[in-house]
Amino acid sequence: MSRYTPPEQSKAGQVFDIAVVVVAIFVALWLPLKLGLAGAAKSIDALDAKTWEALGQNPTMASIWEKLGYTPETAHDIIQNRFHYVIDWPTLVIMAAVLIGYFVFLFRASDREYRDVINEKFDDK
Amino acid sequence: MTVTLEPAIHGDRVSLLRVLGPAHVWALGVGIVLVGEFTGWNFAADKGGALAALIVCWVVGLLYTSVAMIDSEVTSTVAAAGGQYAQAKHIVGPLMAFNVALFLVFAYTMLEVSDAILLGDTIVAKAGVEGLTHNSFIAATIVVLAWLNYRGVLMTLNVNFVITAIAYISIVILFFSVSPWTQGAVLKLNELVTPGNALPYGWIGVIAAFQFGIWYYLGIEGTTQAAEEVRSPARSLPYGTMAGMITLLIAAAMTWYVCASMMPWEYLGITYYPLWDAGKLTGSPLLENLLFVATLLAALASANGCINDAARAWFSLGRDRYLPTWFSAVHPRYRTPYRSILFLLPIALAFAFIADLNQAITFSILSGVLQYTFMSINIIMFRKKWPLGSIRRGYTHPFHPIPAIVLFSLCVVTFFAIFLGFGSQLIAMVAFYFLISLWFHFYRYKFVRRGDQFTMPWPKPQGY
Repeated sequence: MSRYTPPEQSKAGQVFDIAVVVVAIFVALWLPLKLGLAGAAKSIDALDAKTWEALGQNPTMASIWEKLGYTPETAHDIIQNRFHYVIDWPTLVIMAAVLIGYFVFLFRASDREYRDVINEKFDDK
Repeated sequence: MTVTLEPAIHGDRVSLLRVLGPAHVWALGVGIVLVGEFTGWNFAADKGGALAALIVCWVVGLLYTSVAMIDSEVTSTVAAAGGQYAQAKHIVGPLMAFNVALFLVFAYTMLEVSDAILLGDTIVAKAGVEGLTHNSFIAATIVVLAWLNYRGVLMTLNVNFVITAIAYISIVILFFSVSPWTQGAVLKLNELVTPGNALPYGWIGVIAAFQFGIWYYLGIEGTTQAAEEVRSPARSLPYGTMAGMITLLIAAAMTWYVCASMMPWEYLGITYYPLWDAGKLTGSPLLENLLFVATLLAALASANGCINDAARAWFSLGRDRYLPTWFSAVHPRYRTPYRSILFLLPIALAFAFIADLNQAITFSILSGVLQYTFMSINIIMFRKKWPLGSIRRGYTHPFHPIPAIVLFSLCVVTFFAIFLGFGSQLIAMVAFYFLISLWFHFYRYKFVRRGDQFTMPWPKPQGY
């Protein structure tokens, strides 16, 4: 197999590629934050009666909250801010498909590239 | 973290001196990870309750034990800088290597961001001055540590070893100061973790807690970044990595026991500094200040190592032409990958200002879990392409393929855990890796020199 000689990349091309990578990073990491898609999916189950008992705190727990500087009113939004684990099947299927598709593509495309590497490396000898 | 020790320059290639031993490998791994005991792990209590945080501490410990076993075998055989990146290049292929390097860069950069946020928030909380924000502390941390890395990190290894040891000892001191053998005086586990609140969300909460259980140990695999710098990879890497895991398992168990015995799970799940809070709740100013300082030191040690490792992975991508070769420049005087350090600096700064702590941690965890999934498949391919006896292995891990199967299964559970509460973030992240992979495979790969990607003196892999 003849040895593959890659093209030399111009400075402008390098700058463009760097810009592509930077944009991709910010879109992937910043956009979910901007759109409010990142972070925990929690919501507050509000209670009318804001007492330690109503918040499910025993005397030991209540004393620690108070030591930390909280009252039942200020602790309410922390204690009642809960996850609600309802499995959203369509989203789960999408997630699984994206993940499996990603890994299948990754291994198959890598294998094609790897054959180039092995052929060039070992056919030279 | 990896230390560049007066490298010899051959053209634009850097070769590193083999001067590190098992103790250094231990320090590399634990230095990055220990901050996880000071913040992050406790968000597992938020997702599943205090008992869930303990269960995942041990189960995720099993995941990382598998990681350490697998990594020790592959890295002691593929003893090249770049750790898992070099493994992927030799075993799976260039596209996988490109992705693995990105996993490393984002896992470490977002861990660095988390460290800086933790440090800034801790100082602001300690100062208690109205109107004081964490921004200046975050910026100073990231910029100063990047500057240190720019200048070379020879001295930083020993400094990091010392500050990691101080942070670790502080956990041990706290543990023994609260009389762990007695309940009721300081520790009140029975009254705080009751049958009614131990698993507030049931078993699905335990699965959900896997996400932040990863934070107990995330980064221990960074020991392999030093593969080219250890004197005896076959001995140092397995010993150092496994010793690091044992150290972290002990620290994690002590941390959970003290914190769960001193705080209601609802508070434990949202605080940014559980160990410092535990120190405060003892009522001892000495312990409070010790844990305050230890939190800062752990964050500094971790961020410093992360900058170094992320820059090293980015540099490798440039050196192998996976990214523009501009990134592969070595500073003529300091012998550091300075352009990679400078390139990643504004990215870290930007995310430190726009993300909050658990978002940054989730970004880091996602990249970590993608990498562990790769590792579980990688070891199977490694054994298949070069069966035992076909090449000299520095270390052969036992019970193959059980660790790989355990690792893969736990990664699947962790993906599901991330889906429970952070699903959109997961899909966005994977979509990014997918698109950037398409860009690499169909465009960027043409700049890669094929045969140069395989540098190990091994026979041709079976099946090729």
